[in-house]
Amino acid sequence: MIFFSSLRAPSDSTPTLEPKQWVARHGDILFRYTLGRVRNPDLAENLVQETFLSALKSLDGFSGNSSERTWLFGILKHKLMDHYRKSGREIPTDDPDSAVDPANALFTQRGHWAVGPVNWSDPEGALESEAFWQILSKCLSNLPKRLQACFQMWEVDGLDTQEVCKELSMTETNLWVSLHRARLKLRGCLESNWFQDTEEK
Amino acid sequence: MLTCKQASELISQGLDRELQWSERVGLRLHLMMCRPCSRYARQLNFIQSALRQHPERLDEAEALLSPPIPKERQKRLETRISKELRQ
Repeated sequence: MIFFSSLRAPSDSTPTLEPKQWVARHGDILFRYTLGRVRNPDLAENLVQETFLSALKSLDGFSGNSSERTWLFGILKHKLMDHYRKSGREIPTDDPDSAVDPANALFTQRGHWAVGPVNWSDPEGALESEAFWQILSKCLSNLPKRLQACFQMWEVDGLDTQEVCKELSMTETNLWVSLHRARLKLRGCLESNWFQDTEEK
Repeated sequence: MLTCKQASELISQGLDRELQWSERVGLRLHLMMCRPCSRYARQLNFIQSALRQHPERLDEAEALLSPPIPKERQKRLETRISKELRQ
C-alpha cells in the first residue's frame, strides 16, 4: 500500500489538503450535518472543531483517493460514533409510528399491490441531480424515528447486524422487518416526489 | 405461491441477508410472473446501490436540511484552527 502510494505521481487531479481553507469551505456543511444528528448547536460546534483538530494531526492519513470534504466527513463520522458511544443516540424506544405496518395500506387483503410501483425512468440520471438527493434525504428524515435510525445505521453508516440490534434493542428478525418497512415507505416517498408520472406506455 | 406482500418482504430481506434455498426459489418464481414486484426489486436495488456508491451526496443533502452555521460559530472555528496552524 505504502509502496504504491509513494509511487503515484502527483497530478492536478489528485486532491490536496488546504487546512487554511477548511472552515471557509467545509465548516458550514459539517456543522449543519452534525446539528441534524445531535440537535445541539454547542455540541455540534465542538464536534466539528474536534474533527478539524484531529484532521490536522492526521494529514498524512489523507490518501488523495477521496475529496478533502469526503475525508473530513469520514473523520466527523468517527467523532459522532464516539459521541454516541458515550452519550447514546437519541432514539425513542417507544415509537408507535414505527410499529405501524405500511404494508397494510399498500397491499390488498389478498396480498396484491393496492397500487403497484410504477416504472422509474432514468434513475441513474437522478443520481446526478442535487434535487434528487435532497428529496431522498427528506424522505429518509420523514420516516418514523426508529425506522429511520435502523435504516440509516444499516444502509448508510454500515453498522453490522449486532451493532444495530444492540443500539435499538431489537432482535435480528425485528431488524429485517424494520428495514422492510423503511424501504416500503422510502420507495413510495421517492416515487411520489420524484419519479411520478413516468410510467412506461 | 407467494403473494406480492410476501414477495416484497423477501425482496427486502434478500438485500440484507442470504435467503434460504426455498425462499430464493419461491421468490424467483414469483418475480418471473409479476411485473410490479420485479419493479419493486429493481427500485430497492437502485436505492441501496445509490446510497453505497454516493454516500457523500446524501451527507451533503442531509446537512442542507439544517440551518446554516451562525457567523460567530464560524468565526470561533476559524480562530481555533488558525491558532493551531500557527503552532
